[in-house]
Amino acid sequence: MKRPQSYTIEHTKRIWAYTFLVVPVLFYLTIRFYPTFYAFFLSLTDWDIVSRDKNFIGLTNYRNLFQDPIFWKTLSNTGFYVLYGLPISLLSGFILAYNIDRLKKGEGVFKALYFLPYITSMVAIAWVWRWLYQPAPIGVFNKILISIGLPQQKFLFSQTQALPSILAPTIWADVGFQLIIFLAGLKGISRQYYEAAEIDGADNWDQLRYITLPLLKPTIVFLIITGTIRYLRIFTQVLNMSYQGEGGPLNSTKPLVLYIYHSAFQQFDMGYAAAMTVILFLIILMITLIQLKVMKSED
Amino acid sequence: MKTNYKPIDVLRPVILIILGLLMLFPFAWMIATSFKQGRDVFSLSIIPENPTFANYLNIFSNSNFPFWFLNSLIVGLAVTASVLFFDSLVGFTLSKYSFRGKKIIFILILSTMMIPTEMLVIPWYIMSNELHWVDTYWGVMFPGLMSGFGTFLMRQFFQTVPEDLLDAGRIDGLNEFYLFSRIAIPLVKPALSALAIFSFIGNWNAFMWPLIVSNKVTMYTLPVGLSFFNGEFQSQWEMVMTGASIATIPVFFIFILFQRQIIQGIALTGVKG
Repeated sequence: MKRPQSYTIEHTKRIWAYTFLVVPVLFYLTIRFYPTFYAFFLSLTDWDIVSRDKNFIGLTNYRNLFQDPIFWKTLSNTGFYVLYGLPISLLSGFILAYNIDRLKKGEGVFKALYFLPYITSMVAIAWVWRWLYQPAPIGVFNKILISIGLPQQKFLFSQTQALPSILAPTIWADVGFQLIIFLAGLKGISRQYYEAAEIDGADNWDQLRYITLPLLKPTIVFLIITGTIRYLRIFTQVLNMSYQGEGGPLNSTKPLVLYIYHSAFQQFDMGYAAAMTVILFLIILMITLIQLKVMKSED
Repeated sequence: MKTNYKPIDVLRPVILIILGLLMLFPFAWMIATSFKQGRDVFSLSIIPENPTFANYLNIFSNSNFPFWFLNSLIVGLAVTASVLFFDSLVGFTLSKYSFRGKKIIFILILSTMMIPTEMLVIPWYIMSNELHWVDTYWGVMFPGLMSGFGTFLMRQFFQTVPEDLLDAGRIDGLNEFYLFSRIAIPLVKPALSALAIFSFIGNWNAFMWPLIVSNKVTMYTLPVGLSFFNGEFQSQWEMVMTGASIATIPVFFIFILFQRQIIQGIALTGVKG
């Protein structure tokens, strides 16, 4: 039987397409989807990795979680990281981008200067800042405080100062990212809007309020959503900046992900830790859905 | 014509320069301290009075840093190569062919971007334990061999490759893999280089998974090694700063070399590597 040539070409193309996809599809199924379902399953068991059998215990892990004061503490710490860290880094990123955008020259240098911390290893950053926070005569911050006649601060050793002290380098490393995205957003606004506004006699504040900010809304939504997820997942800096990586003093800096890590890989309470990852997943899912909804209503 | 120079035009760059230098201070102190020894470590000066390479020599001869550096390099390069190959192959397939199941596969791959790594590390660890992948390069690398983000990025860029070009190749009797690797790939080089840089930096800095999957000291990657090393040498801050400098300086070089691509890539995609 003779097939028309175009049919054979389409047929060959399809076979190639499926061939190209075999390995990737297997990868995504085994390394992404299967583990996701497995985490859900584990969260319903009491498995401790050592024992042979996994006992199905229903929602017990979740019930225990809701009665676990450390879980609530880590959840509220995580909330602090998000609610203080994100607005501060967003606002600083915007102010910097707004001013860099209005420079006559040298934009590239400034972008590079502020962006460098963002691509630096968080482990290195955490230890450098941990050193800066040490008591005098080691720590630079305390030496500066003393030299201008102010009392030393305890920083990482204080239950109230430790969390903001960990947040500072986090924001420091994050600002560059917000700045670059804001700057790209600002460049996308046509100059014609501003020229028209100037003719109408609008000053800088009016322009910022009625042109720049409304037109930046998609950028701002994007940065809020991705930023929330990034701050929700804080882990590396806390493990490296607190004494023995415990999220102290007295759990005052411990975020949810560090508690997950301790439960899973130090206590080997796999089921309990898996239940916490499911909760983290649901929070992130909710935020992503809100983003999709806000973005849709934009169109 | 009136020149519109206001005080703000002078003030703005000055303030931005001061703030920018403040941003760099932690790095400056880190690098300065790595060249100090003895009592100089406690001095505030940014320029070491008696600069010395002793800390670097000490670290490279008396610690496992050479292993960690090498491990990070191997893992970073291998994962980047895999991501470049597979993400562009899948991106190409999803943008240039029509076949049954295409839409579902695309949505499934996209949706993996929403799954937090924290949720996957426990099953990955159990898997690695059972398959004896703990303390192997493969164990560190396997979760990152392909990425939903990279696939999405490459698919967007392959959309811009004209169909006629591929059809011309088909008429010349070239096979589809040849069309992909020799005709389509050269046309998306900017996207590939952005993806390569993100992927390498991301792997170079990755901490959580390498920490979980490595128990043997010689199998640590640089961030994991640095974290343990610092915990051990906490009282010798010049050693901690030397270690931090070793982890940081390669990224500085990459940044200086590829600054334009990195910043454009970030602005384009809004994603960290």
